[in-house]
Amino acid sequence: MAIIKKRVNEFPTPYTATAAISKGAVETKLSMLVMGLGNIMHKQAVKGLLYLVIEAAYLIFMAVSGIHCLAMLPSLGTVEQEEVWNEALQIYEYTQGDNSVLILLYGVATILITVLMFLFWREALRSAYKAECLDREGKHLNTFREDLRSLLHENVQKLLMTPSLVFIFGLTVLPLIFMICMAFTNYSKMNEHLVLFDWVGLDNFKTLFDSGSIIGSTFWSVLAWTIIWAFFATFSNYIFGMILAIVINRKDTKAKSFWRFCFVLSCAVPSFVSLLIMRTMLQPDGAVNVLLRNLGWIAGDSSLPFFTDPLWARVTVIVINVWVGVPYTLLQLTGVLQNIPGELYEAAKVDGANAVQTFFKITLPYMVYITTPYLIATFTGNVNNFNIIYLLSGGDPVTDLASTAGSTDLLVTWLYKLTIDKQYYNVGAVIGILTFVVLAVVSLVTYRNSKSYKEEGGF
Amino acid sequence: MAGEKVKSAKQKRLVNNIIVHIVLAVLAVIWVFPIFWVVLTSFRAEKGSYVSTFFPQNYTLDNYIKLFTDTTLLNFPRMFANTLIIAICSCILSTFYVLAVSYCLSRLKFKLRKPYMNMAMILGLFPGFMSMVAVYFILKALGLSEGGLIRLALILCYSGGAGLGFQIAKGFFDTIPLAIDEAALIDGCTRWQIFWKITLPLSKPVIVYTVLTSFIGPWVDFIFAKVICRANANYYTVAIGLWRMLEKEYIDNWYTCFAAGAVLISIPIAALFMFLQRYYVDGMSGAVKG
Repeated sequence: MAIIKKRVNEFPTPYTATAAISKGAVETKLSMLVMGLGNIMHKQAVKGLLYLVIEAAYLIFMAVSGIHCLAMLPSLGTVEQEEVWNEALQIYEYTQGDNSVLILLYGVATILITVLMFLFWREALRSAYKAECLDREGKHLNTFREDLRSLLHENVQKLLMTPSLVFIFGLTVLPLIFMICMAFTNYSKMNEHLVLFDWVGLDNFKTLFDSGSIIGSTFWSVLAWTIIWAFFATFSNYIFGMILAIVINRKDTKAKSFWRFCFVLSCAVPSFVSLLIMRTMLQPDGAVNVLLRNLGWIAGDSSLPFFTDPLWARVTVIVINVWVGVPYTLLQLTGVLQNIPGELYEAAKVDGANAVQTFFKITLPYMVYITTPYLIATFTGNVNNFNIIYLLSGGDPVTDLASTAGSTDLLVTWLYKLTIDKQYYNVGAVIGILTFVVLAVVSLVTYRNSKSYKEEGGF
Repeated sequence: MAGEKVKSAKQKRLVNNIIVHIVLAVLAVIWVFPIFWVVLTSFRAEKGSYVSTFFPQNYTLDNYIKLFTDTTLLNFPRMFANTLIIAICSCILSTFYVLAVSYCLSRLKFKLRKPYMNMAMILGLFPGFMSMVAVYFILKALGLSEGGLIRLALILCYSGGAGLGFQIAKGFFDTIPLAIDEAALIDGCTRWQIFWKITLPLSKPVIVYTVLTSFIGPWVDFIFAKVICRANANYYTVAIGLWRMLEKEYIDNWYTCFAAGAVLISIPIAALFMFLQRYYVDGMSGAVKG
């Protein structure tokens, strides 16, 4: 499998940072230390000054707090909060102890800022070298105004992507790295490590894979159920949605848009509302049991154990997922169905194919071809399907009181329970990483082998 | 003989059709039933969550009135206002992010294009809740976790990652013929003008789709909101409010109000969705052809 291909540089340019260091003039080489010097010497004063300001800001930041943050990172803080008797005021005072969470957060942020600074530094070198070369060859050098104007044309991607990138790095990448780091610490309510904690290497992974421990045995059962759930949830939806779409799309079906409306109506209601409604309806004394009792289908005092019996609960969440998901599948597959070229069916008819043959030889292959990426996305979505489990069953029923997960808990809901309810942040982080690994393997393998990827080409 | 055969084939088709329609009707009832039930419950006069009859005995509008007037325990009007503000702001921001990023990825060739798309794919595989706690710490470190700034924090949360959800909009932009861009370039348009004056006006379906999905987000998310608001009841959104109404201490008095609230927030979303449905399918398949 050629996942890692040899990288081909699509954008060759003579103005690289290495060239600047080896071939640049003195002022270009000095730009390594004083960013922007090369630009200032070559008629690009404003640009050069901007680089200089960035460098100064970074240096000040590092001097004021950055170095300290980095230095604390290996130990994650050692000073405990202490009570000190204040003689003058006759009271106990609390000294400010170290807070490992903040140390870790600031440390990771500093590293990220440093990486960013390195990229800026390379850019500054390149820009200095380019300015030097162009100036030497007597070519036109962009003024600052022209540089700004290029943001609307050649460099419009910088203008359009930067705001979004800033937020992605601040609110998605940084927290993610932070949480991944947590997987290697003992930050957990277990043994009271909520304020001060240390690096522990791979210990958390060992606990999780050790099927002797409580968390370890829970992990394997939760993982197994997560995969079973994702498989059934994805394919039950897909198959049922496809049958429904085909039936509604049939030539002889009357009032097509009315039927579609009926089904689509349910996805117009926010899913958390309909899930909460479902949950109350399926309680032992909820509407469904009341209805069944009134109809005389079950005895007056009994109720069906929708969320109290493990097997019932598992089947219930899968069935309800069909209720929630089929309308979306229906919408999407209807579009795909209508796009299948009609000539294919006419040709099949001329050749004397019956309905079953047409379905298996034309409709199904076409649908699978178009919707493979969609199927993979649904599968990953289902592995991470927090809402439906959390809102419907809350992971219940809990069969083993010692474990922290119930029989319908997925990896994500278990992660949520462990981090938010139990405050076992480290184990939660490990589960998050493992979820990622499972998903990455599944989606990479299927996606790389799917027809739609192979024929799509690079775009 | 031949006539009979035709007749029997016709009969068979008729029987088939009847069966299909009956099955569809049964399924449609199953799908509409819970919605029907919540609407009924929202008009129910009897309190409490468990009732012995399926249809309400008496009908009333009190649940809706209570929802908007009884603000001592759960201030629904304020939650509604909070959610509206957050939804509008985050909708504007994320629509801009999504469209800008998708345009760049679809139309421009630049160095970060492939790395960015790979990064988005990798980030999408991590469970979203994993970093939730970390996001809270970051917002706290920035001083956004207290008072009115909680709203800003929520807006940032809902719109921050929007740039990673470019797939549908990019797929749509890909279907707009490149020749249009090239013609505009020859006429002296800048890339920005192409984006603003050509691509966007051609992309109404996907713009509508993006606006609506990002507008709906804050109305239906309660987990992020819960983690970030914590105990600051003044800044709760509608979703947390509805969730709380089903908690043990409130459920007896508020259950029917929950149904009323659910109906109220479903109506605008349902209306938007009906409107969007057309664009939903178009946005998936690409609208400008040839």
